[in-house]
Amino acid sequence: MPTVARQRTRITDIIMLDNLLGLDDFLVRAALAGVGLALATGPLGSFVVWRRMAYFGDATSHAAILGVALALALQLPIGVGTLIVAMAMAGTVSTLAARGWAVDTTLGVLAHSALAFGLVAISYVPGVRADLSTYLFGDILAVSKADLGFIWAGSLLVVALLVWRWQALLTATLNEDLAHASGLNPDRERLVLTLALALVVAVALKIVGALLIAAMLIIPAAAARGLARNPESMAAYATGFGALACLVGLRLSLWQDTPAGPSIVSAATVIFALAAVFGRMRRG
Amino acid sequence: MSLLSAHGITVRFGNEAVLSDVSLAIEPGEIVTILGPNGSGKSTLLRALLGILPLASGNITRMPGLRLGYVPQKLSIDRSMPMTVRRFLSLPVRVGDAEATDALARVGLPGLESRQMAGLSGGQFQRVLLARALLSAPQLLILDEPTQGLDQPGEAGFYRLIEEVRRETGAAILMVSHDLHVVMAASDRVICLNGHICCQGSPVVVSNAPEYRALFGLGSQGALALYQHQHDHSHEPDLVDAHGRAPTDPHHGHNHA
Repeated sequence: MPTVARQRTRITDIIMLDNLLGLDDFLVRAALAGVGLALATGPLGSFVVWRRMAYFGDATSHAAILGVALALALQLPIGVGTLIVAMAMAGTVSTLAARGWAVDTTLGVLAHSALAFGLVAISYVPGVRADLSTYLFGDILAVSKADLGFIWAGSLLVVALLVWRWQALLTATLNEDLAHASGLNPDRERLVLTLALALVVAVALKIVGALLIAAMLIIPAAAARGLARNPESMAAYATGFGALACLVGLRLSLWQDTPAGPSIVSAATVIFALAAVFGRMRRG
Repeated sequence: MSLLSAHGITVRFGNEAVLSDVSLAIEPGEIVTILGPNGSGKSTLLRALLGILPLASGNITRMPGLRLGYVPQKLSIDRSMPMTVRRFLSLPVRVGDAEATDALARVGLPGLESRQMAGLSGGQFQRVLLARALLSAPQLLILDEPTQGLDQPGEAGFYRLIEEVRRETGAAILMVSHDLHVVMAASDRVICLNGHICCQGSPVVVSNAPEYRALFGLGSQGALALYQHQHDHSHEPDLVDAHGRAPTDPHHGHNHA
């Protein structure tokens, strides 16, 4: 009996400490995860929109499922497996595009086959079928402290990368010859974006799921377009909208027990519609 | 020392040599125009000189520390990217407000800072590109068909501006054009290109060179033939008759002459 009592005290202590930090509240963790993701998807999503890389985002994020299968088979952390496969996919797509392959078709083939192969591969791993929807649609309410650390580390890395290369990235996005003439290397800037995209895919998998990561990149940035006058303000608005979408989606997921990814993307779409109406009204 | 010189450069796309054995040098303060029909490798030459395209052979030397300004042929700012004129002038090197204001005034667009790039007219857009290029205080300014899409007065105005810039800053200017009239008036030296250098020299020398006249289908006539040439897009000298008309072209019948 005394042992049980002691255990009970310890548990109570931990819970009190957790409440103080807030990190043991799954809702706080979920909210922090959403905000952390939005920090990276805001600016990166803006580049995806400016450079018309939507399909590129799809191919890379769908490959994440293949990464999950790899991680489970090799007993690696899910984040590591996803990162490796996303990087391989993003690298493949960039290389093919640079060699002048028909980008639209190539991406269409790669995006869907990555998803299909991933789903087939994952069916060979015993005991995962039940969790499959977590990887496809995300599970923001089940974000652990370790997940949170991974999400913030990945997001901050992406932000650091984009801030560091910001001027060069914008110039190369406008016109590659112009970047060249200014002594920049557009290929290197493309590589930076490719790397950032792979990181975001790994980070976002737990939150929105593989199917809707690209939507999380594009929709907040598209919502921001009509309100912004400069690239920087567009990235800032996109970050704000992304964070808001995550928080609203989280509420919806909790309240209606709906899957996290679709809930967040639905919220983002409503924000997009409101921003479009507001932007039009303001322009008169 | 020349600002920029090319020694026997050859550029291939696949197996096809788009440029072969081109040598040229740009001296400080001169205006050089590269002239040639479509597909003659004009833009390829500029892009090779800028170091964008790999050379199959030959080499390019730049004066050490050369400051270079570049105005691309067309720069379409996607409507998905919001961008004010002021912000654009700070790419990729951030410049102060005073410098930006001066640069805009210099190209005849004072007070345009807060306008969106996507909302500018074609002429304004080209001038903003020029203003951006001038901000690096270039010793050599490279322009690729800078007046494409401008109307006649806009074009003439732009070339006047280029000459003013040269006079004020002493920058050498290398540009590509297929606009014969304006180029002839505004250049110190013309290089006539068709995969290789056909002829080069002062505008007067070049316009009388047989290679130049053959390339542009001028026969033995002057300005009228030139005008006809631009309309029927023919590079065959024998399509233009003695009166400078293209007899097979229904759009230019006798009533037109």
